[in-house]
Amino acid sequence: MEGTAVRGRLTWQTATVRAVTDETPKVRTLTLEVPDWPGHRAGQHVDIRLTADDGYQAERAYSIASAPGEPLALTVERLDDGEVSPYLTEDLRPGDVLEVRGPVGGYFVWEPATGGPLLLAAGGSGVVPLRAILRERSQAGSTVPVRLLYSSRSWEDVIYQTELDVPMDGVQVIHTLTRSQPPMWKGYARRVDAKMLAEVAWTAADGPLAYVCGPTNFVESVAAGLVGLGYPAGRVKTERFGATGQ
Amino acid sequence: MEALDDAAVDGNAIGGLLMEVFGTEMTTATGICASCGAVSQVAELAVYRPGLGTVARCRSCDAVLMVFVRIREVTCVDLMGLASLT
Repeated sequence: MEGTAVRGRLTWQTATVRAVTDETPKVRTLTLEVPDWPGHRAGQHVDIRLTADDGYQAERAYSIASAPGEPLALTVERLDDGEVSPYLTEDLRPGDVLEVRGPVGGYFVWEPATGGPLLLAAGGSGVVPLRAILRERSQAGSTVPVRLLYSSRSWEDVIYQTELDVPMDGVQVIHTLTRSQPPMWKGYARRVDAKMLAEVAWTAADGPLAYVCGPTNFVESVAAGLVGLGYPAGRVKTERFGATGQ
Repeated sequence: MEALDDAAVDGNAIGGLLMEVFGTEMTTATGICASCGAVSQVAELAVYRPGLGTVARCRSCDAVLMVFVRIREVTCVDLMGLASLT
C-alpha cells in the first residue's frame, strides 16, 4: 500500500472539568477546559483516556456536543456495565482533570458551506454530534433547512429537551418514543422504520444530505431506509456507537 | 451488504488511533479491499474491538483489512488486507 506522510502527532492533553450538567437521569454534559485547544468542527469527537492506580488504561471516543468556538463540551451517557462512562457521569466534579486528545475525525463533519437540506437522525445519545451541527448552523447564521428525527426510549430520556423545544427557524424536530410515552402523546411511538422515514425525510429529489448517528442497529436500519428512499449512499453519513442504549 | 450488529462500530471510532499511527486525519481516506476490490472511506468500515486489539473489516466481503495491536507503548499495524489506502 502507499505510504502516508507523517505530519503532526496527536497528543494526550490534560483537560479540567469546568462544569457538569445533568441532561437526563443517565446523561451528563461535561464542559472542559483544554489549554491550547486547537478548535474543532461540528461532528468531530475526542478520545478520553482514564488510568487506574495499577496503570490499567481505558480509552473511549466521545462526540463533541458544542459548536466550534464554544468551550469544549462532551455529553456522555452512562452505560451500567461501562468501564469509563460511569466515572464520567457519576464521579467527575468541576476541577477534576482527565486526559483527552483531539479533535478527531473528518468524515462525520458538517460546515455551513457543506449545505443541505439536512436530515439528521439520532438514536439516543447519537443526538450529541447532531446538536453540535445544529448549534453551528445557528451560530453561523446558516439558513439550510433541517429535519431532526430523534428516537428516544421515553420523554425523560430525551437529551437537550429544553434546547430542542425552543423553535429554531428552518429546523423541525420530530421525536419518536420507542418504549413509553407521556399521556396524550401524539408523536411517533415506535422504532424508526421505512414508513416513518418516508413521512419525515426530505425526498431524494430535494438533494438532501443525511447524518445518522446512534447505536449500530439504529444506524444500519435508518441508513438502509434512506438508501431505499433513493438517497445516494454517499449522501448518507453514518456514525455507529455499538451497543449503547437507544 | 449485510447489516452490522451491535458488536461493531465503524471507522469513525478509530480516528484517534489512525491519527496516532499515520500522523494525519484518516477517516476520510479511501481504502480498497485487496480481496474483493470494494472501495470505501475508512469511516464506513466495520470495526471490532474485542479487547486485545482493533480489527477493521470490509463491508462488502468481510475480509480483514487492518489490524492494530498495542503492546506496551507500541502499536503494531497490519494493513495486508488493503490494496491501497489514500
